[in-house]
Amino acid sequence: MSADKFSNPVVRWIDHRLPIFSFMDHELNEYPTPKNLNYFWNFGSLAGISLVIMIATGIVLAMSYTPHVDYAFESVERIMRDVNHGWLIRYIHMNGASFFFIVVFIHIFRGLYYGSYKAPRELLWILGVLILLLMMATAFMGYVLPWGQMSFWGATVITNLFSAIPFIGDSIVTLLWGGFSVDNPTLNRFFALHYLMPFLIVGVVILHLVALHRFGSNNPIGIDVSGPQDTVPFHPYYTIKDFFGLSIFLSLFAAAIFFFPNFMGHPDNYIPANPMQTPAHIVPEWYFLPFYAILRAVPDKLGGVLAMFGAIAVLFVLPWLDRSPIRSGNFRPLFKIFFWVFVVDCVALGYLGGMPAEGIYVVLSRVATAWYFLHFLVILPLLSVIETPKPLPQSLSKSVLGGAAMAGAASAVKEKVR
Amino acid sequence: MAKTQTLEKGETESHVGRRDFIVVATYAMAGIGAAAVAWPLIDQMNPAADTLALASIDVDISKIEVGQAITVKWRGKPVFIRHRTEDEITSAQSVDMGDLKDPQTDDERVTNPQFLVMVGVCTHLGCVPLGQKTGDIKGEYNGWFCPCHGSHYDSSGRIRKGPAPLNLEVPPYQFASNAVIKIG
Ligand code: HEM
Ligand code: FES
Repeated sequence: MSADKFSNPVVRWIDHRLPIFSFMDHELNEYPTPKNLNYFWNFGSLAGISLVIMIATGIVLAMSYTPHVDYAFESVERIMRDVNHGWLIRYIHMNGASFFFIVVFIHIFRGLYYGSYKAPRELLWILGVLILLLMMATAFMGYVLPWGQMSFWGATVITNLFSAIPFIGDSIVTLLWGGFSVDNPTLNRFFALHYLMPFLIVGVVILHLVALHRFGSNNPIGIDVSGPQDTVPFHPYYTIKDFFGLSIFLSLFAAAIFFFPNFMGHPDNYIPANPMQTPAHIVPEWYFLPFYAILRAVPDKLGGVLAMFGAIAVLFVLPWLDRSPIRSGNFRPLFKIFFWVFVVDCVALGYLGGMPAEGIYVVLSRVATAWYFLHFLVILPLLSVIETPKPLPQSLSKSVLGGAAMAGAASAVKEKVR
Repeated sequence: MAKTQTLEKGETESHVGRRDFIVVATYAMAGIGAAAVAWPLIDQMNPAADTLALASIDVDISKIEVGQAITVKWRGKPVFIRHRTEDEITSAQSVDMGDLKDPQTDDERVTNPQFLVMVGVCTHLGCVPLGQKTGDIKGEYNGWFCPCHGSHYDSSGRIRKGPAPLNLEVPPYQFASNAVIKIG
């Protein structure tokens, strides 16, 4: 049946032998998608496009970049000044990392609010958390490459985290460095890994999409699609919506690149790395700040490191912490409140991570860190027991047509129309 | 019972157990083989021979005035050499061991009490503490202060306050003469 779908004989000849066109038609064209997706569902495709932008600009940057402690900083300056369009390519890559994280963070909070991690999408969620981890590692190593002061000291502090591991910690750090400090061997291997990891991300993204297409997208009311009346084909409905979202994303991205290219960076990274002097105030890139705040909130070295990794680890088990059968936060009055408190908590952690670890900031970081874990380990499991959810709509299309959450109201409207 | 029919005379079911053993042994051999192949690929990341060879330096300390300090580079890391004042020496020696997170007497940390030699790398997460230059913040114990996450070291380089778990490391060194020390 699928062979007759294509009128072009070349396409038909190929598709008969290699069903790539059928595959694309199935997954990107006729793919049935819930009718009621809102704009938060744009961020998945935006993340995918960000990844492509990062790989494309990264590969061309690598053509002019030199991974050696004596040349790295200058090769990046040369890219900025002398290489044709080098400034543009580097600014896209540099700001692209920030935009990628913005998009992925929104994508994750979308999942948190609408319960997209719940059955049967647990593995889809876990693969997503894995992508986040790989992205963090990639961005961390990328930030080391220009070999400025923040590159060097960021690399030093983060690699030293592993020295907190009992017994084998120091050997692991030496293994990571390839020497006795962050030095040329470190820069070399970070470049090799920074080149490799985005392609690993591509691999996990493919698995993520396979898992997604198994049951299809979740949706703002979180109830299952019950039949064709609840869905529309992906193309043209969601392709056009994704393109519209993309045009807005690219406008903001371009504004950053052309008008505030260094806004999200740190000026000290334009000072060449100096292993003999630490800058007065070292901070990681903004997207690591919440985790950095958690690291510093715990007064013990190993404890801090465990808490920081724990902050991500807890996301892996989230599907088994929130036992409520209701997916969407729209129908969970208590959950909704705690969700927004949690968002504020994460923003607060981000702010505190950028402040010096002194006085009131330390106290606030501890409160915010405690709340972060409390939210996942106590509040969510508890809510799934004590909360009384609001009544769910009977079907997805009724909720779309009726507008209201109540199934009764929706059908009443329909009666009137008839 | 097809299985029992194929048994030779005198054999019992137990040869199924023997087959299990072969399977396990095969997996084990494959595992050992994989580990043997992986090891060079991982171990290449450890310090290379030439990196290890850069292991020692000679430093002239005769020009350091009392109360001054110099920073030299050893194995890519800063090494602090401080010519301590009498005050600094007495205060370092008079500390009660009970007050220390990583108890060590000042004597254990120096060869000649006038010269304190240590790796200038914070034992928390590796920043270089302040306190070498005149005018630097020296922290609450008049030694060194790490600005990264706020660790305070005393005039013997011992951790007194903050997240760092250990005293600043004393590298292996010896006095080659009165004026020169060999580090490493
Ligand atoms: C997941 C995708 C990626 C992320 C999140 C990422 C992130 C980063 C970051 C944050 C920087 C530092 C930018 C700066 O401050 O200068 C960087 C630099 C760099 N990246 Fe990537 N990157 C990605 C993919 C790639 C790929 C596929 C390559 C291909 C080789 C690449 C090559 C480079 C090079 C050569 C630099 C150094 C030049 C520079 O600093 O601008 N990146 N990357
Ligand atoms: S690195 Fe010195 S206090 Fe953290």
